[in-house]
Amino acid sequence: MNTFEFVRPATVAEAVAAASAPGAAYHAAGTNLLDLMKGGVARPTRLVDVNRLPGLDRIEHAPDGGVRVGALVRNADLAHDPAFSRRFPAVAEALLSGASAQLRNAATVGGNLLQRTRCAYFYDTASACNKRQPGAGCDARGGENRLHAVLGWSGSCIATHPSDFCVPLVALGATVEIEGKAGWRDVPLVDFHRLPGLAPERETVLETGDLVVAVRLPAEAARFAAHARYLKVRERTSYAFAVVSAAAALRMEGDRIAEARIALGGVALKPWRAHDAEAALAGARPDAATFRRAAEAALAGAEPSGDNAFKIELARRIVARALAMAFAGTPERVPALPASPFAPVPGASIHV
Amino acid sequence: MGLSIALTVNGAPHRVELEDPRVTLLDLLRERLHLTGTKKGCDRGQCGACTVLLDGRRTNACLALAAAHDGADVLTIEGLAGGGGELHPVQAAFIAHDALQCGFCTPGQVMSAVGLIAEGHAGSDPERVREGMSGNLCRCGAYAGITEAVLDAQGRMAGRGEAA
Ligand SMILES: Cc1cc2nc3c(=O)[nH]c(=O)nc-3n(C[C@H](O)[C@H](O)[C@H](O)COP(=O)(O)OP(=O)(O)OC[C@H]3O[C@@H](n4cnc5c(N)ncnc54)[C@H](O)[C@@H]3O)c2cc1C
Ligand code: SF4
Ligand code: FES
Ligand code: FES
Repeated sequence: MNTFEFVRPATVAEAVAAASAPGAAYHAAGTNLLDLMKGGVARPTRLVDVNRLPGLDRIEHAPDGGVRVGALVRNADLAHDPAFSRRFPAVAEALLSGASAQLRNAATVGGNLLQRTRCAYFYDTASACNKRQPGAGCDARGGENRLHAVLGWSGSCIATHPSDFCVPLVALGATVEIEGKAGWRDVPLVDFHRLPGLAPERETVLETGDLVVAVRLPAEAARFAAHARYLKVRERTSYAFAVVSAAAALRMEGDRIAEARIALGGVALKPWRAHDAEAALAGARPDAATFRRAAEAALAGAEPSGDNAFKIELARRIVARALAMAFAGTPERVPALPASPFAPVPGASIHV
Repeated sequence: MGLSIALTVNGAPHRVELEDPRVTLLDLLRERLHLTGTKKGCDRGQCGACTVLLDGRRTNACLALAAAHDGADVLTIEGLAGGGGELHPVQAAFIAHDALQCGFCTPGQVMSAVGLIAEGHAGSDPERVREGMSGNLCRCGAYAGITEAVLDAQGRMAGRGEAA
């Protein structure tokens, strides 16, 4: 690990000023950043510690049902906040399906949004990686790429964004609050992460010095609470990143779907909102054929980026399964194995 | 760059001078305070061997920069047994249930179990205990005994009205 200067600003303004210097990076819990620094993948010369910034560790529920979550709220504290998990159960389930209890106790909301890809070539400084070193090439192309992207990738980079948390957040229309040199601004989460294009090193819309201060969910996101799930296929039962995941949320009116929200994880370099699939569900009857049609729409533009054609059909099945499970109803409590696709769906065939 | 931090470790106050900001909490415990019960398995957050309670919450010490935890309260495996040497109920249950073989993962498992019981989300459901302990890998595969030990210790502590 290269050495660095460690600074502990006391205000947001001081933090933004300190992080505007070349080579500076924010440090929250460090569960991703320190890992990357140990491997020489990230080499900041100054760490700006955000842990002492005032007011960023609060979960503020608005009377209308919306919520504002400070960037320093720990993943475990958000998932176990009773009002939050009651209003946004798919978000709580996604959080609890990620990492381990120890990591969730430390990891922050801001750090989760800004965690970097788990592409093995990005982590290996002996490999060519356009994201780590612009113009170097991409060893994942033609390499071990079973787990790489099937949507929104480019010839420059085929990596995925690994966050579980972001998937239901993007489905539910979350907004990111940012403080920077030019003041405060809001960015919809759906526009926050960038697709790789020709510049995979530019991962988000953040400019130098920009600090994420909070994430908000609007009141209308709570209207899906009775029918909201997150499903995540992993290569082992727990403590693993998603191969493919999906958040599905329905607002029912009588025996029809009034409104649907769908997003996918593990398929692209950003949490992937599936607007076409949502449109296919509006006003439809909630049955297996409808769910399959929505799943087809969600993956309509998908293309393998290597040895990963299987992920496209897997993602369709996970979208359809997530919809069936959401329709069956949000469980009273987050299940013992959060987001596991292997739990039975009441009244439905498991082979959707 | 000199940086001086204060820590309470197993109840005792310490002031530690960090000439180098790269020191993790894990390296500080092992190499500065010579508390080698906390183990370094992967050093990357993937195994749980370095689990300690940081301000009462289980955390991976290998991914925690010491400099960021000025003023923190740390409990390690060395601080768990009572003053008279009597084992903590989780330690006693690990022995009673053969919840270890080589013992390398054990300090992390025990600290994680203490954290899990204090969090209070698992209840008596073995599936929730297994999931709650999934951040601690055991290469010897002592998982069956570990789950039994956690459930047993939790039951005994509830019986005695202890939280942790
Ligand atoms: C073994 C392991 C397994 C994991 N499994 C999963 C999983 O299954 N699912 C999942 O979703 N995640 C998983 N994670 C990732 C984990 O969720 C992230 O490491 C964590 O959320 C990062 O949060 P942090 O506070 O530690 O961020 P840090 O590591 O401190 O920071 C991460 C990045 O965010 C930047 N940053 C932090 N806060 C801010 C801010 N407020 N404004 C601007 N920039 C900021 C930092 O500069 C850095 O680039 C896993 C991690 C590990 C180590
Ligand atoms: S897929 Fe992206 S992150 Fe992975 S090696 Fe290629 S450029 Fe780097
Ligand atoms: S040594 Fe910290 S998790 Fe492995
Ligand atoms: S007892 Fe040997 S690794 Fe767990």
